[in-house]
Amino acid sequence: MQETSLILNKYEEDFDSISSNNPKWSSDLRNKAMDTFREIGFPVRRKGNEKWKYTNARPIASVEYSSAKFEKIDSDDIKLIAPWHESWINLLFVNGHYQETFSDNLSTNIQISNMASDDLAVNLTSNVGGIMDYSDDGFAALNTAFMSDGPIITVPEGENSGIVINLIFYNQGLSDTVNYPRVLITTGGNSTVNVIENYVGGSGDQTFTNSVSEIYVGEDATVNHYRLMNETDDTYDVGYGRVRIDTNGTFNSRSFFRGCGIGRYDLNVSIEGENASCDLQGLYFTNGAQHMDNFINIDHVRPNCQSNLFYKGILAGRSRAVFGGTVLVRKEAQKTDSIQSDKNLILSPHAEVDSKPALFIYADDVKCAHGATAGNIDADTVFYMRSRGIDLEAASRLIIYGFAGEIIDTVEIPELRSYLAESFLNSLPSHRFEF
Amino acid sequence: MADQKVISRQTGVEDTQYKWGFEFDIESEVAPKGLNEGTVRFISAKKKEPDWLLKWRLKAFEHWVDQGDDASPKWAKLNFEDIDFQDIIYYAAPKSSDDAPKSLDDVDPEILEAFDKLGIPLHEQEKLSGVAIDAVLDSVSVATTYQDMLKEAGVIFCPISEAVQKYPDLVQKYLGSVVPYSDNFYATLNSAVFSDGSFCYVPPGVRCPIELMTYFRINEADSGQFERTLIIADEGSYVSYLEGCTAPMRKSHQLHAAVVELVALKDAEIKYSTLQNWYPGDKNGEGGVYNFVTKRGAARGENSKISWTQVETGSAITWKYPSVILQGDNSVGEFYSVALVNNYQQADTGTKMIHIGKNTKSTIIAKGISAGKAQSTYRGQVSILPGADNARNFTQCDSLLIGDECGAHTVPYIEVRNPTAKMGHEATTSKVNDDQLFYLQQRGIDLEESNYMIINGFCRGIFKELPFEFAMEASQLLRVSLEGTVG
Amino acid sequence: MSNFEKLIEIKNLHVSVAETEILKGINLSIGEGEVHAIMGPNGSGKSTLANVIAGRPGYSVTSGDIVYKGDSILKVAPEIRARAGIFLAFQYPVELPGVRTWQFLKAAIDAIRKGNGQEELKIRDFDKLLEEKRQLMEMDPDLVRRSVNEGFSGGEKKRNEILQLALLDPSLALLDETDSGLDIDALRIVSHGVNIFKSPEKSILIVTHYQRILDYITPDYVHVLVDGKIVRSGDSSLAMELEEKGYDWVKDGAGEEVHP
Ligand SMILES: Nc1ncnc2c1ncn2[C@@H]1O[C@H](COP(=O)(O)OP(=O)(O)O)[C@@H](O)[C@H]1O
Ligand SMILES: [Mg+2]
Repeated sequence: MQETSLILNKYEEDFDSISSNNPKWSSDLRNKAMDTFREIGFPVRRKGNEKWKYTNARPIASVEYSSAKFEKIDSDDIKLIAPWHESWINLLFVNGHYQETFSDNLSTNIQISNMASDDLAVNLTSNVGGIMDYSDDGFAALNTAFMSDGPIITVPEGENSGIVINLIFYNQGLSDTVNYPRVLITTGGNSTVNVIENYVGGSGDQTFTNSVSEIYVGEDATVNHYRLMNETDDTYDVGYGRVRIDTNGTFNSRSFFRGCGIGRYDLNVSIEGENASCDLQGLYFTNGAQHMDNFINIDHVRPNCQSNLFYKGILAGRSRAVFGGTVLVRKEAQKTDSIQSDKNLILSPHAEVDSKPALFIYADDVKCAHGATAGNIDADTVFYMRSRGIDLEAASRLIIYGFAGEIIDTVEIPELRSYLAESFLNSLPSHRFEF
Repeated sequence: MADQKVISRQTGVEDTQYKWGFEFDIESEVAPKGLNEGTVRFISAKKKEPDWLLKWRLKAFEHWVDQGDDASPKWAKLNFEDIDFQDIIYYAAPKSSDDAPKSLDDVDPEILEAFDKLGIPLHEQEKLSGVAIDAVLDSVSVATTYQDMLKEAGVIFCPISEAVQKYPDLVQKYLGSVVPYSDNFYATLNSAVFSDGSFCYVPPGVRCPIELMTYFRINEADSGQFERTLIIADEGSYVSYLEGCTAPMRKSHQLHAAVVELVALKDAEIKYSTLQNWYPGDKNGEGGVYNFVTKRGAARGENSKISWTQVETGSAITWKYPSVILQGDNSVGEFYSVALVNNYQQADTGTKMIHIGKNTKSTIIAKGISAGKAQSTYRGQVSILPGADNARNFTQCDSLLIGDECGAHTVPYIEVRNPTAKMGHEATTSKVNDDQLFYLQQRGIDLEESNYMIINGFCRGIFKELPFEFAMEASQLLRVSLEGTVG
Repeated sequence: MSNFEKLIEIKNLHVSVAETEILKGINLSIGEGEVHAIMGPNGSGKSTLANVIAGRPGYSVTSGDIVYKGDSILKVAPEIRARAGIFLAFQYPVELPGVRTWQFLKAAIDAIRKGNGQEELKIRDFDKLLEEKRQLMEMDPDLVRRSVNEGFSGGEKKRNEILQLALLDPSLALLDETDSGLDIDALRIVSHGVNIFKSPEKSILIVTHYQRILDYITPDYVHVLVDGKIVRSGDSSLAMELEEKGYDWVKDGAGEEVHP
């Protein structure tokens, strides 16, 4: 293992080399973030580190990466490994750098610009980095210091065309490289937007994807956010979603994990307006030696809001899944209605699930509940199916499909739903339960 | 009402909610304030301990010093000022106990009278209640009742200091075997300075004929209490053990850092019940006991069972996780808890169930009630290890909030490493149901009583796990602790 | 005609669960086209018998045999028994979260057809068949789209069992307390479903606690099971007698064992 100081030097070098290319508006932000990173480093402490209790960041932190360079690739290849549709706005980023849009002249009122371009109005400065608080988080600070290209999606008031924006972050898999995707979505009043974020690719020796998405849900606005992780096992991925919801706003998140070596998605939703709600659902299927950590915080700041947190996991091989869900209800957040649940299906004697569904409640007039389950399939369930002539393997399959389908079925974009149904379900193991 | 029954601690002091807050006027012998190797040696010498025990204490002390004050656990949801470990008296004993009493007749009448005042009449106890009591005042055990009956059954129940002299093999074999001296900051401290506590051994096949009880009392100002309890249920035996605690009202905080170890061998069962009512501090959060306790049971043998029931209403700070290590195949662990906090109290309490053996089963039912400006946290871990085929866990945590200035938190840790396991965790948080309140009020019951009835109902499932007398006492404690929380 | 004498023959069947003997020597034969009823107090072993015939894991057959269509089936997997025509309507139908009723039924019918060397049913044909049976059982059309039994009322679950019976068209139907928990309308619908199924080629074993359902489906034979043994057998009048006199009447071997 490398000395940490050596690794940090590498980031210093990288930082010096990129700073001349970056747009001026971002230099303050980057410098501050770099200072923070220097100060706190990576969250590798094991003892008493509740945020990283079940995930050891050391393997991720101890590789000497350099920033991945742009290399143009054939966008037709991408269509094979990520969902794509001609009616969507499809944007491709290779190694963290914008390549092209492969949609034909779709007209939309939604403004999409690249944060690396210099001609952005200065007022953007206040928006990028405005939601992600990196002050106590080394990985988020790192992304903020190093982010390069990234879509800034601005949805105007009243925009309700239902168009889908499909962001594909492709990691080409150049050995020992890191890429820093960054997204900002801002919605005006009474608007709706659908965004898919895909993290795909990887291969070759150790690569690292370190992403941050900032999302602001305006008054009466709805953001439907989909996030797919489907990278190869030699990839590490630490991603952040930071969401603020204003009055009457709705944030729907669907997160799907199929791959990467060590993955973590840290999603933090702050409900800051009254009568707002969020519905966060996820499905993780871990296999081989994969490790996936879903770390989710919901912060109820204002009264009369709802949150639903519902994740499901299927664990095979020697994999490990971590679910850390925390719902915080602040003193002012009376009449909060919050449900949280994490259900796990463990298919292998060598897999492990660690689930920590926590509640912190400071308001009395609330309805909050959480639950977690883990285990194999109920023997009675399997017998019921067998007594109808369905064999063990088919029964197992039906049950696993049904289990996963509960989340996939909630995807409201039909093309994405069938993509997920196909790609997810086909990758599920044909398992035999031993009864 | 039966509130004046045997174990009630009602006294003449009526002007405050905490009715056990008076001080005994008993002459004490105390060690000088502060902790160093000399203190450890002093305590050991006082107890005329064998060499192995002194060495064990010193190892613990060394470990405690090496890790530094920083090693105290920070993960609990508790806010309190740093404890100055040099500002505590580590040994205080009633003077008269220097030559330990052989029987109740030798016990200083002043002490008997003092316990009488607490509602623990040690003399009458023998005639009345069918509960054998070991009374521990500050650092030492002052009286153990019902010795004859226990002797007949072959049950050993005595102060641990006495057990060290009389049954050194048993003590040496099991002390630290469940909670090693290096386990955690407070357990390490306890291992170095523990003063007294109860020891119990139930021989094979014996069903202990009466309930065993230890009654703990901190009396001395600035003193800490570091008792150590060790209970061993040998093959096929059964014992039910109760523990009650109070302390006088003091402006400063007193530290209580106990360790309890339980060992259940094949087919044995231990039922351990606690009513914790240490002084919680006053309405403004001044004073009160800091209660940092390590309790753990090893369900070592096949088909063994360990059941913890606790009603926690006292202490300014409670940090306590009675746990079960389910080693034996088919062993069972249970945890039933009511934690009520009011004013500025803080409780971070729960359990750990570690499933190691096959077909092991655990049940966790925890009820938290928060009022005033208090914070209560359930923190519980369920681990199902790879070898624990067909392990089962069911956890239910419910919290009630009274008023909008308190907090109720639930932090479960679920670790499953076996696909044949089945575990389910459910938790809810709410306030007292308005419809229920209205229903009762509409039938003419006043708000406070209605509230009490509903909360008592909320806790009933736990209370019913307690021995009858204790259940009455628990209801009573609940009523007193809830006073003034509504209206 | 078939090359076996009786559709199913249960011979001196002893069954234990976790070392406790529950069935203590059952002898029972059911011929084609016959309707048998097994009655008995709670805990007497009725469900155990039905489950053991269907091959539910967890029971150990310590001695005796079950011969179905001429072959012993003790070692046969439950799905193979199902494909051979044994159907169990569960006393407590199982909920299958996320598994849609449609998908489940299609999988079952195809598995059974394949087992019999038939092709999978075309979706259109299946839908037609399903719709027909759904109407027969007067089920809400929506139920078919929902997860199997999830959130169904007790009565809906039981009707769903008979819908499956109608759809899968087995040779032997084991109905375990299909009547319990049903209101009078549901009982009528369920009985109607069973009566439509009933034919000279089909055999039925009705397990019940009450005589009620036997008013709708007349059994050829009635057996009384007490404490793991058939203590009395007779014709349908035995059921009436039981209803009047209660089970105490036949307990303690008061009744004489009769083999039909
Ligand atoms: N899986 C099982 N585990 C333990 N005991 C069982 C099991 N199944 C049945 N039994 C016991 O066997 C006896 C018969 O049960 P059952 O067949 O369900 O009776 P019935 O259907 O006649 O009411 C009962 O005492 C029941 O408790
Ligand atoms: Mg039955």
